[in-house]
Amino acid sequence: MHTRKREHIIEFLLFLSALITILTTVGIILVLAVEAFKFFREVSVFEFFTSTEWTPLFTRKNFGILPLLAGTLLTSFIAILVALPLGLIIAIYLSEYIPKHFRDYIKPSLELLAAVPTVVYGFFALMVVTPFLQKIIPGMSGFNSLSAGIVMGIMIIPIISSLSEDALRAVPSSLREASYGMGSTRLQTAFRVTVPAASSGIVVSVILAISRAIGETMIVAIAAGQQPRLTFNPLVPIETLTAYIVQVSLGDVPHNSLEYRTIFAAGITLFVFTFILNNISHYIKTKYQEKYE
Amino acid sequence: MSKMILNRRKDRIFSVVGLIATFTGLIILLFFIGDILKDGLSRIDWNFLTGLPSRRPEKAGIFTAMMGTIWVLFLTAAIAFPIGVGAGVYLEEYSKKDRLSKILEINISNLAGVPSIIYGLLGLEIFARVLKLGPSVLAGSLTLALLILPIIIVSTRESVKAVPQSIKDASYAMGASKWQTIWYQVLPASMGGVLTGVILALSRAVGEAAPLIVVGALAYVPFAPKTPMDDFSILPIQIFNWISRPQHGFIINAAAAIIILLTITFMMNGIAIYLRNRWQKKIQW
Repeated sequence: MHTRKREHIIEFLLFLSALITILTTVGIILVLAVEAFKFFREVSVFEFFTSTEWTPLFTRKNFGILPLLAGTLLTSFIAILVALPLGLIIAIYLSEYIPKHFRDYIKPSLELLAAVPTVVYGFFALMVVTPFLQKIIPGMSGFNSLSAGIVMGIMIIPIISSLSEDALRAVPSSLREASYGMGSTRLQTAFRVTVPAASSGIVVSVILAISRAIGETMIVAIAAGQQPRLTFNPLVPIETLTAYIVQVSLGDVPHNSLEYRTIFAAGITLFVFTFILNNISHYIKTKYQEKYE
Repeated sequence: MSKMILNRRKDRIFSVVGLIATFTGLIILLFFIGDILKDGLSRIDWNFLTGLPSRRPEKAGIFTAMMGTIWVLFLTAAIAFPIGVGAGVYLEEYSKKDRLSKILEINISNLAGVPSIIYGLLGLEIFARVLKLGPSVLAGSLTLALLILPIIIVSTRESVKAVPQSIKDASYAMGASKWQTIWYQVLPASMGGVLTGVILALSRAVGEAAPLIVVGALAYVPFAPKTPMDDFSILPIQIFNWISRPQHGFIINAAAAIIILLTITFMMNGIAIYLRNRWQKKIQW
């Protein structure tokens, strides 16, 4: 019965590999919670959520997360403004307008957009997009959320286009044919039949894109600036939660200092946001998935 | 009648709009890449590839960052490959459809959505500080391995699932045990898909800068790492560092280093796509 023993050992080892994913989640939550707890022993929760200044590295320290949060939401909003219309049009075009063999080539090439390292996109935003926009919008500063947001939007196009296209294609062709039979054009069919029928999948793709934009780091660290500022003006330097973490990590902040803990306070804020978004998308995926048979 | 003509016209207009939208992103990307090539291509020579970091842009090279990237790539692969494939096989072949397997599944899809910089905070605290690895190649690779595990697990599950039951039944009928069936039949049959997923995951890891900056990888390292415990830099961090310098010479260097990084990324993606197509063609059940 030597084999049976070996089988059990192997099964246990494989189980341990799967268990590492649980440990990772536990580790992330524990690390963020413990350091954030130490942070909030020195800084009041009230100040954290209401102060409009974030200056932990200055002599006059303020610990208001709102400026960083505003920066994150502003860049993500601009990115979605770019990616949502483009991604949705592409998804409809790929699923309703063009033949399958053509689509099989286009989809992987679009996904190349998401494969480019983000530090490269940061370079584009700072060196190409910002100088170009400065010609159109005089007075725009060298670091701004507009070009970072636009470039981030280009990066997340494939998330929306690919996932929405999958959802559109899952709509049974009988629905389409019924619509065509009534004399509708492809465009009418798309907007009145297939898009509403695939709406849950499309919403999921948009939520995942937002979550990706909120967590994106290098583009904003390079092109959006390092000045926490509570503003919705897209032309001035700002700082996002992620860019702040990078800024502190590059500096010489002693471990176990309050400054060191600020990156975990920023980190837990970021984590809570993306965690909520990911769970909403998971919930929609399981509850509202249209079932056709 | 005129309304119908109007609708037909709108339909045709959309088919043009759709075509333009589809290629907008790609054309912008091509334009960007053209711009980079113009800036950086002439900078790439043997001295640039083998040069050490320097304060003078025309003398600086990418050797240490390149070696750091290679170290991190292989170490991350060595850690993430067995664990990711093992977890994927476990979830697909062993786990019973109970609460635990459901929790595992939701957890993995959640992990895939956690921003990479959060993994950096995890690596900084657990690997660099608690396990006292410091800002080493090993700490960085462990962090990246955790980051890409969800991708490897999901792609492993999909390729293992595609192996037909008849093959497994045939193996069991010959008296093979469960593990023998997996090792000799299921894994070889699904290896194409598994490798595709692993390579795509690694190509993502090669481009990541944020988590390793947080773990403590440096922008300036005088020597290439010799052991997993050495300090290191990687190409994306070197690029980031050069972009943030004021001198124009460093911008040229950044463009040149981006060409190298993009070549590596696109090559890995190309290999993955090639493997996927070849594997799909060869095996038809």
